Amino acid sequence: MDFRFSEKEDLLRKSVREFAENEIPTKIEAMEETGEFPTELLEPMGKLGITGVITPPEYGGVGLGYVARTIVLEELGRVCAAMPMAMQVHHMACANINDYGTDAQRGKYLPPLAKGETMGCVAVTDPTGGSDVVGMKTTAELKGDKYVLNGRKCFITNSHTSDFWVVIAKTEEGAKGLSAFIVDKDTPGARVGRKENKFGLRGANTGELVFDDCEVPRENLLGQEGGGLAVAIKTISETGRTGMAAVGLGILTAVYEEACKFASERTLYGKPISSLQAIQFYLAEIFSQLEICRLLCYRASWLRDQNMRCDNEAALAKYYTCEAAANAAKKAIEIHGAYGIMREYRIQRLLRDAMVTIPSGGTAEIAKVVLARAALAPFKTKS
Amino acid sequence: MKRIIVCVKPVPDPKHWDQVSMDPITQILRREGIPTIMNPLDRHALEEALKIKETQGTEVVLLSMAPPFATSILREGLARGADWAVLLSDPAFAGSDTLATAHILAAGFQWIGEPELVFCGNSSIDGSTAHIPSQLAEFLDLPNVMHVVGLDWLDENHMIITQKIERGHTKLKASPPILLSVRKELNKPRYIPFTGIMAAESKEIKVLSHANLGLDHTLIGLEGSPTKMAGLEIRRFERERERLEGSLEEIVQSLVDKIQLYGII
Repeated sequence: MDFRFSEKEDLLRKSVREFAENEIPTKIEAMEETGEFPTELLEPMGKLGITGVITPPEYGGVGLGYVARTIVLEELGRVCAAMPMAMQVHHMACANINDYGTDAQRGKYLPPLAKGETMGCVAVTDPTGGSDVVGMKTTAELKGDKYVLNGRKCFITNSHTSDFWVVIAKTEEGAKGLSAFIVDKDTPGARVGRKENKFGLRGANTGELVFDDCEVPRENLLGQEGGGLAVAIKTISETGRTGMAAVGLGILTAVYEEACKFASERTLYGKPISSLQAIQFYLAEIFSQLEICRLLCYRASWLRDQNMRCDNEAALAKYYTCEAAANAAKKAIEIHGAYGIMREYRIQRLLRDAMVTIPSGGTAEIAKVVLARAALAPFKTKS
Repeated sequence: MKRIIVCVKPVPDPKHWDQVSMDPITQILRREGIPTIMNPLDRHALEEALKIKETQGTEVVLLSMAPPFATSILREGLARGADWAVLLSDPAFAGSDTLATAHILAAGFQWIGEPELVFCGNSSIDGSTAHIPSQLAEFLDLPNVMHVVGLDWLDENHMIITQKIERGHTKLKASPPILLSVRKELNKPRYIPFTGIMAAESKEIKVLSHANLGLDHTLIGLEGSPTKMAGLEIRRFERERERLEGSLEEIVQSLVDKIQLYGII
């Protein structure tokens, strides 16, 4: 068992850190004000390899896999978590099409996605609820050589910046009645609806998609008809949760750095507050959480890279890391005292961002359901 | 143009300079635990070489004299786009001043083969002597232009160099072979592309020792270094503080005098 990062992975981290520290900070204020994703960064991120990090080279990506992706998302999140939030959902669309697409679909959609020329997202959640996937109301009815979509998707990350959406809709009743479709944003009958006004992850837009007799060509069916649940579950549980975990890890890293920096610089009673044991305990707790979450996040991603099952590990990494990021940010705010609640200080943004990661990509409770199932599995009786 | 050599140096990351301390007895800087980065101006030197490589297909070779840990910054340079690298590393090189370092680097040049163009950072952020480029040019018998902030190619053999001088710029027309030492205004270094990181894995870093270079031992290390450090001190910059004494009236008057003296109001 070797827990070290390779020289290649160290260089990858250095590359993204340099990019993130140079290019993102000047965009944060606008992201916070407007809630808009800085789409002008897509091209440079494409050039670097961020947008295509998990896409195979034959489709224009760099194919570095999930540990590399976690490094990328963590480093982006260390500077501004809205960026990896948008990217991780973009990667979900890439994974969907790579895993379930036909050669024609891969050839059409993956290269521009990988190069950052287009942006994508995955739309599963209906207003009826995201966790109850089978209970969704959005329908797709086959009429001739087209599927006609009707319904509404909500809380969709990248809704307003994506060029197309991977949409899960009901072609029949029941778990085997869901199907996945690639819907170009300009398809007649498809439009974006309300853009949500979140209190965190402001730069990653979240909103509604509306389908009103939207005719989608039959060749845009992703995977088999009736196979939509598998498309949704695999993407959310593997790509989505490892991604959300990495977003949380980036926030946690930033929290740790801000807390230590402030505690080392702030002087009380003639010495830095980092010398006070009460503050040291807070710092130790934040540091411990960061170290634990690092192990969880990279283990889940490593399993995915080995093509091993990672749904339980990804659920654990996502649930634990996002909660830890929020708890650590709260402690760091306490270390900051009154400064912690001032808008000029970054730490308040980290708490807001961390809170938004908790229900994203599956709530903490859904993750716990997955974990309880895993915990009980060895003790399951036949009755 | 066949070959460009870019000199690169590992330096302590300036973000961690507040952690650098000095041994009070030996007066040697304690750098333990401080990350090493490529000297920032060397990145600009490499970027200019890579731009030429893109248009002329020129081979770009990195050269460094440093301890073995410097392979990490050479690998970074390879990931940015250089073709291969040479690290001159030997305990016998320890303690070399700029003159001895220039002798060693010049021997490295001989080993690699004559380049048409050499790029160096104008100075390093740790020593900051800016000696090496000129010394190296002298040993290699190359013309040297320092403080380069612009480079425009007229054709493959002629360039217009913009050089920053004290109160403005000069423009010089030059042809290879030449050694140019560059400032940060010259370009914006590219980020390390992920494809470059993958490609760098199979690129060669040749490590050469004293034995490979066959230099006279009187030219290298402490023995070859005429620079003798007289002393080293860490300068501290702190706010000036003054405690005003006396009765309340005297303190207030003194404060008002000072406010007027410094033109605050």
